[in-house]
Amino acid sequence: MDLEPDEVEKIAHLARIAVAAGEIEALNTELSGILDLVERMGELDTSGITPMAHPLDMPQRLRPDVVTEENHREAYQAVAPAIGNGLYLVPRVIE
Amino acid sequence: MQWETVIGLEIHTQLTTKSKIFSGASTAFGAEPNTQACLVDLGFPGVLPVLNEAVVKKAILFGTAVEAEIARRAVFARKNYFYPDLPKGYQISQLELPIVGPGHVDITLENGDNKRIGVTRAHLEEDAGKSLHEDFHGMTGIDLNRAGTPLLEIVSEPDMSSAKEALAYAKKIHQIVVYLGICDGNMQEGSFRVDANVSVRPVGQKELGTRAELKNINSFRFLEKAINFEVERQIDILEAGGRVVQETRLYDAARDETRSMRSKEEANDYRYFPDPDLLPLIIEEDFIAETVQEMPELPAARRARFEEQYGLSAYDADVLTATREQADYYETVVAEAGDAKLSANWVMVELAGALNKAGLDLPQSPVSARRFSGLVKRIADNTISGKIAKQVFETMWESEDSADAIIEAKGLKQITDAGAIEAIVDEVISGNPAQVENFRNAAPDKQPKMLGFFVGQVMKKSQGKANPKQVNELLRKKLADA
Repeated sequence: MDLEPDEVEKIAHLARIAVAAGEIEALNTELSGILDLVERMGELDTSGITPMAHPLDMPQRLRPDVVTEENHREAYQAVAPAIGNGLYLVPRVIE
Repeated sequence: MQWETVIGLEIHTQLTTKSKIFSGASTAFGAEPNTQACLVDLGFPGVLPVLNEAVVKKAILFGTAVEAEIARRAVFARKNYFYPDLPKGYQISQLELPIVGPGHVDITLENGDNKRIGVTRAHLEEDAGKSLHEDFHGMTGIDLNRAGTPLLEIVSEPDMSSAKEALAYAKKIHQIVVYLGICDGNMQEGSFRVDANVSVRPVGQKELGTRAELKNINSFRFLEKAINFEVERQIDILEAGGRVVQETRLYDAARDETRSMRSKEEANDYRYFPDPDLLPLIIEEDFIAETVQEMPELPAARRARFEEQYGLSAYDADVLTATREQADYYETVVAEAGDAKLSANWVMVELAGALNKAGLDLPQSPVSARRFSGLVKRIADNTISGKIAKQVFETMWESEDSADAIIEAKGLKQITDAGAIEAIVDEVISGNPAQVENFRNAAPDKQPKMLGFFVGQVMKKSQGKANPKQVNELLRKKLADA
C-alpha cells in the first residue's frame, strides 16, 4: 500500500517531526511496508474472536482515592529548561 | 425561509475526588502552581497510571441516575495532540468503550410539557493543565496542578431545538451531578464546563446542517446568549447564500458574540488508540450494586417526599428541591422549627429574598440553616410575631447572634399574657370612643375591615409585641359587647 508524499508529510506534522524533503521517499517505503503487514493480517479470519484492548488478559487494578503524593516541585522542576513563579515556562502559545 | 435549530451539548464535569484519576496527587483547588503535579501528571518516563476507584463509582452513580447502561468492560484510549499543558502529548480518555452508555433525562419546557433528551454516553478522562498567558518575558506559564483531575464528559444527543431547551438540559445535568455529590458544579472555577454544538437547517430537512462548537461558556446565562448569537449568525450566513464552516468558536461574554478560533480541522486528527498502560476496566455486577447503595436521594424523589412528608404543595416542593443545598437547608430548619409550611415560607420568601437582594447564593448565606431554624422556631412557638421576626432576621443577617439572643437583648418577646393584652385593648377602646361607636353601627360585612384600625393601635402601643391573634380575638369580643 503506497502512501502519497503529502500523506507522509501530514503524518510527520501530526507527530511534530521535522522531515526533510529528501527523506520523504525513503520514509514512504518504510511506512508502506508497515501498512502492508497490517493489510496482510487483515486477511486472517477473525470472526468469532473478541477484539483485545490489551495483550494481558487481566482486569485493571483500582487504587483507593487517597492522596499519597507530596510536593516535590523543586526536584521536578530542576530538569525544566525554564521556570518562573513556580510555573513551567514555554515558548508563547497563541490561542 | 423557516429555520430549525439543532443543539447537542458536551458537558465536562470535574469529579470531586481527593486524588487524581491516575495518580495520588491532590486535586484541591487553589494550591500554589505545580505543587500538586506528581511524576505521573508530569508525564515523566517510566511511570504508570493507576485508576482511582472513586472515579469509577461516581461514573456509575451518574449512569444510574440517567437510567443508562453501565459498561461491564470499558477501555481507556489515548487522544493524541500537542499542547504545552498536556505533558504526555496525549490525553487519556475513552472512545469506543465508554463507562456509561446511552441514557436520558427529562426536561420541563416553558409550556409545562416534558421533553426527553438523550444522553449518548459519558466517559472518563483526565483534565489538562492550565496555560497562563500573562507576561513571563514573552513566554507562557504552565501550571499542571489540574493535569490529571478526573473528568466525566457527558455527551448529549442533538435533541435540543432552542437555547432555552439547551439551558434546561444543562441545568438538569448540573442538578443531577450536584445532588449525587460527584461534582461541585462550580462553573466559574471550571468544575462544570459546557460546550455547545449548534447548527441550523431549513424546517423539514432531514440531514443536519454544518455545526459550530461553542466553547468558553462559564455560566448558564452565557450558554443561552452564546447559542442565540450563534443561531442568528448561521442563519444570516445561509440567507446571504453563504456556507457555515465547521469550526470551534469561543464565546466572548464582554461583546456577547462568538469568535472563530484558528481552524482546528487539521489538529482534530487525534489518532485514538487503546492505552497500553491501562488494562481494560472490568466492572462486576456486585461492584455496581454496592456502589448504587450509596446513591443519594435524587431531585424527583426528594420532591415527592417533601410533598408527602411535609404536606407541601407541588410548587413549594419543587422550589425547595431545586438545589441540594436548598433542600438540605430546608430540612435542617424544619427538623428544628417543626412547622413545615412556616419553615417553607421563611426559606422561600424571607431568606431567598434577602439572598437575592445581596446577590448571594445559598451556600454563601450569612445566616446558617441552624441559626435560621432558631428564628423560625420562635415564630412557630409564638415567642415573636412574623413581623417582629423580620426585624430579628435583619439583625441576624448583620451579626453572628442567635435569634434568641437578639430577642432577649432587644426585648422583642411577644406579649402573650392575656391580662397584659387586655389592658392595652381596654386602653385603646376607651381612648377612641368615636371609632368604637362607628364600628358598632357599621354593617357586619364592613366590620372586619374596620377592626384593622384597632389592631393597629394595640400593636403600636405594644411596640409590635402583642400576639396578633390574641389581639384580634380580644378586640372582636370586646367591640361586640356593647
